[in-house]
Amino acid sequence: MKTNNKISGAEAVIKCLLHEGVDLIYGYPGGAIMPVYDELYKYQDKLNHILTRHEQGATHAAQGYARTSGKVGVAIATSGPGATNLVTGIADAQIDSTPIVCITGQVSSKLLGSDAFQETDIIGISTPVTKWNYQITRAEEIPEIFAKAFYIAKTGRPGPVLIDITKDAQFNDLIFNYKKCYGIRSYVPKPKLDLSQIKEAAKIINEAKKPFIVYGQGVILGNAEKELRSFIEKTGIPSAWTILGLSAMPTEHPLNVGMVGMHGNYGPNVLTNECDVLIAIGMRFDDRVTGDLNTYAKQAKIIHLEIDPAEINKNVYAHYPILGDCKESLKILTSKVSKNNHDEWLVSFEKKMKIEIDAVIKNDTKPVKKGLTMGEVIVSINKYTKGDAVIVTDVGQHQMVACRYAKFVRSKSNITSGGLGTMGFALPAAIGAKMGAPNREVVAVIGDGGYQMTIQELGTIFQTGVAVKIVVLNNDYLGMVRQWQQLFFDKRYASTEMINPDFVTISKGYNIEAERVNERENLNNAVEKMILSKKPYFLEVCVEKEDNVFPMIPSGSSVSDIRLK
Amino acid sequence: MKEKKKTYTISLYSENNVGLLNRVSAILLKRHINIESFSTSPSEIEHVFRFVIVVEVTESKVKKVVQQIEKQIDVIKAFYHTDEETIFQESALYKVKSSSLFEERHIQNIIKKSQAKIVTVSPEFFVIEITGFRHETENLRSQLEPYGLMQFVRSGRISVTKEKMNITEILNKFNEK
Repeated sequence: MKTNNKISGAEAVIKCLLHEGVDLIYGYPGGAIMPVYDELYKYQDKLNHILTRHEQGATHAAQGYARTSGKVGVAIATSGPGATNLVTGIADAQIDSTPIVCITGQVSSKLLGSDAFQETDIIGISTPVTKWNYQITRAEEIPEIFAKAFYIAKTGRPGPVLIDITKDAQFNDLIFNYKKCYGIRSYVPKPKLDLSQIKEAAKIINEAKKPFIVYGQGVILGNAEKELRSFIEKTGIPSAWTILGLSAMPTEHPLNVGMVGMHGNYGPNVLTNECDVLIAIGMRFDDRVTGDLNTYAKQAKIIHLEIDPAEINKNVYAHYPILGDCKESLKILTSKVSKNNHDEWLVSFEKKMKIEIDAVIKNDTKPVKKGLTMGEVIVSINKYTKGDAVIVTDVGQHQMVACRYAKFVRSKSNITSGGLGTMGFALPAAIGAKMGAPNREVVAVIGDGGYQMTIQELGTIFQTGVAVKIVVLNNDYLGMVRQWQQLFFDKRYASTEMINPDFVTISKGYNIEAERVNERENLNNAVEKMILSKKPYFLEVCVEKEDNVFPMIPSGSSVSDIRLK
Repeated sequence: MKEKKKTYTISLYSENNVGLLNRVSAILLKRHINIESFSTSPSEIEHVFRFVIVVEVTESKVKKVVQQIEKQIDVIKAFYHTDEETIFQESALYKVKSSSLFEERHIQNIIKKSQAKIVTVSPEFFVIEITGFRHETENLRSQLEPYGLMQFVRSGRISVTKEKMNITEILNKFNEK
């Protein structure tokens, strides 16, 4: 019997989202989630639903949104294939610590386990790639589980949460009473700071002759950019970023020495094995950062500031672990270290940078050869955005080039698929990134391969009019794989060459203004025109087909063995 | 030098939620670790469950696995211990044809010596049970085998630690907040 103070589970879902401050979600309807969509229709003035063209696009858009806005992204899909299509985005969010909540419909609870139409065990499937997941089978569970889901997604080390809701739980009624979640007894989001650890680390830092900082996305997720900057400026320590740490500090800061990792800068990679103290802040020593662990920073004392206890000693032994929120720990650490400078040590980075400029950067950014390089396109984007754009990249050569050469003055500006390396990430993520930071310029830089993995999201751009700028760096190859084939497989280009469609015509089909650049002399004008446009815009740049990205640490090699060619 | 594998007992205290077992086994699966034995039961604390998992790995690996397990939202605390640090037992049930009990004198001696308990006797079969270390349950199995074991089953390891577990303190601390 329906009494006045009861609402349906489906309506409760919407109310929960509103209570969590959600005003925008990405998704795709289908049978098992239709009751919720029916409520979305009624609440469309309060809750905007963006229809992506594929569920994968919904998760990546939610990720992009979360990463520029700092809020929790939400994606919604139906059961079965709707749910499984979310998985790539969920896995990406898990490995890159992005707070998203995914909602999936499920067959009625009485049909569970019967192999009903569009039934899939999404709880089982998503378990290894979610921070937490839960299947709701009774309407009364909805408020508590949603409160918990948002709390888990955004606290501590953020991550994806999936809530699966059976159709009967959406239809049935409940008395709605929303209580926000402020704690779960089995979950410690922020380990308590241990002052003695910080004191010890400060002592080591003060005594260090060649200290070196590597910062990661933890700084951005912890809103600790200011604290990081104060720490770096007080100690005068040369600092490098991981791919996801990029933009936490202005790239042009004098103490910024570049990017670590496989295609990072020469100096910070080589000098990792010469520093005496390595201060790792909100990063997790990914294998693409460390190369061979047996030869990684063995000479250094390692200080590791980290919020996730499971990261301590996971890949690299930390002599001085500092567990906790780096916003708090950095502040205290800064107060305990002495003002210093390491000018002489900094010079060794500058020397290495000179080598890299001569061997690589000059040719990448100011080429004299005929073909366009990816690097000069990024330089042109820097010029017309003044380094104040959000750059969203996909995965591959263009991503490495963008992360090497893009300039940033603001945090939360570099959105890329770092850990999972998901091709197809950029286009939908850029949609979310723009909606999460509507006042900022958002430029998606994508390869011709990855672009075609989620190209259908042009439909989302067309329908919403979201002013995303898309730059496809087209070399008619799966460039990074081709590079590896060239270097390590005797140029056997197995299935890496692509015969591509006319991307400009495709854009026009979606009513998106588009241009193609083949010649260097037209590049700057085209980029300027794109940036000046207030609408979605597509720019294809046909670049040199067989360029390689250097420097490069060959897979499994030591950071010291980074190659310049 | 290569680190040696050893038997470790992982104990974890958790909320009693559907799906946690899946999470824990996924952590082991991802690292290609075989579960030697597994058991779950309520713990000394109301509404708190305890898993006991036996694995054979190196210490550095078990450390990381326990960190990953503890990271799971529904896990209150996880530990690992060596055999020396725990008191542990397994139970086994043996189903044997009743006729052999009367026809083979020897079987009665085996049961007596092993201090097995007779759980049930019927005209067709009887079931005996012992609780002890792995070698004890194995020993009885090999002795009974020639007489035709109709069924044999052994439980997962159950164990308690010699050191104190501070789960109640952890939960109290949360409640004070």
